[in-house]
Formats: sequence, structure tokens, C-alpha cells
Amino acid sequence: MEKNTYDAIVIGSGISGGWAAKELTEKGLKTIMLERGRNVEHIKDYVNANKAPWEYEHRGGKTQEMIANYPVLKRDYTLNETNLSYWASDKDSPYVEIKPFDWFRGYQVGGRSLMWGRQSYRLSDFDFEANAKDGIAVDWPVRYKEMAPWYSYVEKFAGISGSKEGLPQLPDGEFMPPMEMNVVEKDVAARIKKNYAHRRMVIGRTANITMPHHNRVNCQYRNKCWLGCPFGSYFSTQSATLPAAVATGNLTLRPFSIVTRILYDKDTKRAKGVEVLDAETNQTIEYFAKVIFLNASTLNSTWILMNSATDVWPGGLGSSSGELGHNLMDHHFRAGAHGDVEGFEDKYVYGRRANGIYIPRFRNLFGDKRDYIRGFGYQGSAGREGWSRDIPEMSIGGDFKDALTEPGKWTMGITGFGETLPYHDNQVTIDKTKKDKWGLPVLAFDASIRDNEQKMRIDMMQDGLEMLEKAGLKNVRTYNNGYTLGGGIHEMGTARMGRDPKTSVLNGHNQVWDAPNVYVTDGAAMTSAACQNPSLTYMALTARAVDHAVSELKKQNI
Amino acid sequence: MNRRDALARVAIIMGGTVIGADFFLTSCSSPAKKDEKTAAGDTPVAKEAKPFLDANQVGLLDEVGETILPATQTPGAKAAQVGSFMSVMVRDCYTPADQKTFLNGLTKIDQDCKAKTGKGFLACDPAQRTTFLTSLDAEQKAFTQNKQKDDPAHYFRMMKELTLLGFFTSEVGATKALRYLPIPGRYDGNVPYKKGDRAWATT
Repeated sequence: MEKNTYDAIVIGSGISGGWAAKELTEKGLKTIMLERGRNVEHIKDYVNANKAPWEYEHRGGKTQEMIANYPVLKRDYTLNETNLSYWASDKDSPYVEIKPFDWFRGYQVGGRSLMWGRQSYRLSDFDFEANAKDGIAVDWPVRYKEMAPWYSYVEKFAGISGSKEGLPQLPDGEFMPPMEMNVVEKDVAARIKKNYAHRRMVIGRTANITMPHHNRVNCQYRNKCWLGCPFGSYFSTQSATLPAAVATGNLTLRPFSIVTRILYDKDTKRAKGVEVLDAETNQTIEYFAKVIFLNASTLNSTWILMNSATDVWPGGLGSSSGELGHNLMDHHFRAGAHGDVEGFEDKYVYGRRANGIYIPRFRNLFGDKRDYIRGFGYQGSAGREGWSRDIPEMSIGGDFKDALTEPGKWTMGITGFGETLPYHDNQVTIDKTKKDKWGLPVLAFDASIRDNEQKMRIDMMQDGLEMLEKAGLKNVRTYNNGYTLGGGIHEMGTARMGRDPKTSVLNGHNQVWDAPNVYVTDGAAMTSAACQNPSLTYMALTARAVDHAVSELKKQNI
Repeated sequence: MNRRDALARVAIIMGGTVIGADFFLTSCSSPAKKDEKTAAGDTPVAKEAKPFLDANQVGLLDEVGETILPATQTPGAKAAQVGSFMSVMVRDCYTPADQKTFLNGLTKIDQDCKAKTGKGFLACDPAQRTTFLTSLDAEQKAFTQNKQKDDPAHYFRMMKELTLLGFFTSEVGATKALRYLPIPGRYDGNVPYKKGDRAWATT
């Protein structure tokens, strides 16, 4: 037992798990980080990072074999030849869809920090106060003022590039120099600013560094981030938090370790450790520690809590409130507008910017009132069309070919990312009748978007249309390509933070009310979704929670 | 992110593949019919040691491709070996129904050519080939416009799409007909462009 005992256990090695490991080890705790999947070593294992397009047999596309093997992943761009090895196998890890749910998972060291979208935004008090003001769900137990220093702390280490804008709904952070809008985006941004009092178009705030930082090279504008970056230019566990944790000498990383249960001691009312199933050998091993950080990604963290049922907590650890597994959220998207830009034929770009523009939320703010609550932001970009464009007046032959070797007209598209509300009956449960490759029961999803989100989607189209038309674009069209919950790959909720153990799973420091030495600091903790990309908030919550945990350990409170 | 459609631009934000954004794949991704999905014998023709198409078929497709995208100041589709590329893509990416359409198309293109010109495709000179494929492209466009969403695509649409994809993402196409930079190193969102400058191979 002694050799399996550490000061701290971190379950999961993605964005939040990596942060937990870094903070715990830097504060001197001997820590084991348990990852269910294989190891992926920085640079060495980014096997496709330097491939040219023609080096892929199917030029990056998907084969029928891939489609057959990945019945879930095939639903979006996620299934492609370039980074298939970073996505979890749908066949090994099935789940039940009582209602459709897109669950795109990354089971390896680094988790989805390897393929994440990197957009990094702070929440504001419009978000932290939203549930209380609207009288729905429960109030966030934190406010922006408490979070601001932690946002600063994680931004400085992670390296977020962006521009300071002074917008109350999108607080500024500790930014590296921003990436640049292109000439068309600048023009559209200026027109939006002129046309609207409360709408701004800014360059995306992204976890790509624009100057050297902690042995990482600044972004080289290859736009291949999702393959793993040989320059370490974007934030991932491998490029940032893992080397920091390793450097302390306090970290043990154990891949192929599926945590099946948190071991609860009813005498001390604390967790004492975890049970691990070795994914390769199927052996069961126990690890023990004073404090446990649960960062297995939103739905797997909730699965672990549910699967940790005891006679004290038959519904799972953290189930006393009746909220465990409930209030599942995501960001709905794939609705917006796009159009053609006139002019600028004598302008082009150099380099491939792995970033776009952002239009922060403006609905239901500053006196605006809609027939739904909350709002959405837009992401998008402008660029010149490439060889795949249609040239209706041409058919085949030399002129056709030569025309396609030149760039086409400028176009611009934006897509809304909308807040989904925390509905109690949007939930996951464990379905004991269906098992995964390791014989473990799987999650069943029963959740959908509702009227509030559907109404918002109309604005996501119409507001986009109006803004782009007013900015001078031609032939502007709206689109709504449909959306299934989970497709935003921003799963949130199911173990929410709150102020009252009767109505929330976690307290204001991310401690499980029913076992205060267990901290959950991934997306499961989210009390509401806001409309900003959420990962930066997980980083800040994690660093803040580790600070709390170490202080509580010193005081012998946990 | 994207996520695709006309939204190649939007796609980059979410960490999706940029390659996917510029992909055609309308044929490649045409929805499999229910019976294909579930029937036991529905799996696409498996990868075999021997090539999916024989040398004659590949040769024919090289010439079809070269007629669609001929050598001009820059190399054409044949230099990018689009015939072999099509063989791989149809074998691995097409549904069984689309494979059938494509394979029938290989015979049909010669028959259609004979009907129009009195000669097989390979027996035609470049000008005759161009005239024939121009009319076939018009036929394909009309067919595509009128077909129901789930109907099979026209075989020549498949050949044209695969030629474009195969050529512009090949080493020859990306580096000779277009411009390819593995490591740009910086970004400039406002550089001068004059007519005739080549487009970037990737965005």
C-alpha cells in the first residue's frame, strides 16, 4: 500500500488535469496523474505534424472503413485522416443515446488539449450572476472579482494572445501581442463598430503564443495545431503543464489507467484513494492519497462519481443533492451567415493564421431584451476562395485550370456559439446493461436543446445577416446546419458548483460536498455555460482549487 | 468547426481540419442507403494487394484528368498521377453504390465518346477530348442540378472532383500550380496581390 500512496491523485491529463498536476507538484505534493489512454510524448509522437497534404493517402479525408469504425466521430470534421489517433474509439467506448448526443473524446495523455480549438475567453459577472438574476438553476458560488486573479495567473503561464478591448462582457486578460486581422476583417470590424453601439469584432483570443515563452517557440502560422505542434506554440498538457510538473520531480504519470471508482471511507467521510483498471492488463490496482483532483473531462468525471456508489451514497459519490448527472450543457452553433466581399482583389495574405475573429455577445445586454435569455458570440474569418470554388462560366481545360491556380474572391463567414441553459432534466445516467471494452457500464444520454436555444438560433442567423450586409458584404446568406447537443465539444455541467449542498454537487471551491477532499475542476463543475469557449475557466478554477486544497491540507481541514 | 459548406473560413476556429474545409467529397460522402449500411455484404470493396483499377483504367483516367486540368505553363493532372489517386479514393472512400457508378462510368465514358465522335476516348486527339468532355461536363451539371439529394452522382462529376482534389493537393499541384509553404513563420493579413500570382495551396 505504501508504494501506492501519494500526497495527491489527479484523474485525467487534459487541460484541467494537467493544470492540477502542475500546481500540486509545484506546491511540493507528490502527485500521481492517472490517464486512461496511451502516452503521447511531446513532439516525438506528433507523427503527422510535418506531413504535407500529399503525404496522406486520402489527402486527409475519411475512408469507408473509418466511417464504419467511428459511428459517432463521423458526424463531424472530427473524423479525418490527419489526427485520427487522437480520438477515442467509438467501438471500444460506446454509449447509449436515449436522445442523440455527439460525444467526441480524446483518450490519451494530454486528452483533448492536443486538438482543442484554443479560443480562450474570460467569463464576466454577466455570466456569473446570470442564473441568480434570471431565477433559474442555482447561483454560481463565485463572482468575477474572485476569479480575475486566477484568470490572470493561468493566462500568464498558458500564453494567450489577444487584444485589450475594455468590453464589460468579455474582460481583458494578460495577453501576448494579438494576432492580426486581415485587411477585409479590419474593414468589416470598423464598419460594425460604426454601425452598432455595443457590437465589436475583435481578433480571437487564442492559446497560441506570439512570442517565445518557457522554452516554447512562437506560432509559425502553419495552422496545423490539431496534429500536435512541434514548436510547442499552442497550450497543451504536453507543451506547457506537463513539463512544468515533471520539472518538480514530484510527478508520476501513469497511462493506461482507467479510474473506475473513488474509494470512500465512511468513517472519515473522506475519499481515501481510487481504484484503477489497467487498460492493457485488466489488473485492478488501488492508489491512495490525501486529496484527489477529478479531471477526467465533464462526463467521465461524472461517470466516475456515479460509479463510486456506496451504501452511504447509493446514487454515487456527490449524489446527495440529486443533481449529479443533471444540467448537461454545451454550446450550440452551426447557425450564422456568410457572404461575398467586393473589392480587395489586389490584397492577399501571407501565412496561415490558426485563429479567426470574435464578436462578443451583445444580446440581452446593455438594455437589449429578446424573447429568450442569454446570448451568443460569433467566430469566423474572411479569406479568398481557393481551388475548390465553383466557376460557373467555365468547364474544363487550360483556362479553367489556370483560373483555379489564382485565388478567388474574398468571402466572409461567421457562426454563432450560443449559451445552452442548465435544464435539470438534461441528464446522463449509467446504463448497466451496456458495457465497454473493459466490461464497465456506460453512460446513457437523455438531453436536448429547447425553446430558448431555438429562438436564439434565429437571431444567430438574422443578426449575422444584418451585420454583414450593413458592413457592405453582398449576397449574404444565412444558414442553420442543425445542431445536436455535444457537437460543440464543450460538454459542461452534471456536477455543478453551488452555494447549497442540497442543490449542488460541488461547493465554491470545487470540493464535492459529500467528500471535501475530492475536487472536480473540469467542465462538470460549470453552473451555467455562458457563451464563451470554456477551457480558460477550467484552468482558472483548477489553479484556484489547488491553492485552496493545499491550504486546507496545511490546516488539516481535509 | 466549420464546419464546411461554404464555411471553409469559419472552420479554422474550432480546431477542425483545414483540409476538410476545402474538400469536395460530395461523392465520397454521399449518404449510404440504409440497406447498404446494414446488409451483411455491404462493406466496400476491401483493400487488396492488387490495385483496385487495372493499368488500362488508370491510364484512361490519367488522360481524362489531363483533359480536365491540362499542362499549361505549369504541369497538368497526369503529372500528378490522378489516375492512381482516383483508384485509391474510389476503393477506400466511396460507398459501394458510388463505386458502382464510378466503375460503370469507366465503360460509359468510352461508349459516350464513341457515340459522339465515332472514336474511343484514347483514340481522340486532345482537341476532340476537350470538346467531348466539355459536353459531358454540361451533361453532368444539368444532371446534378436536377437529381434528388440521395440519388447517385453523375460519374463525370466524380471524375472531375477527384481530378481537382488529386491535382491541387498533390506535390506537383500544390508546389508548381499553387504555392506551398510548410512553415510561413509569420502572418501578414495585407499583402499586395496582382493578377496571375498563384494561390496558396493550403489555408
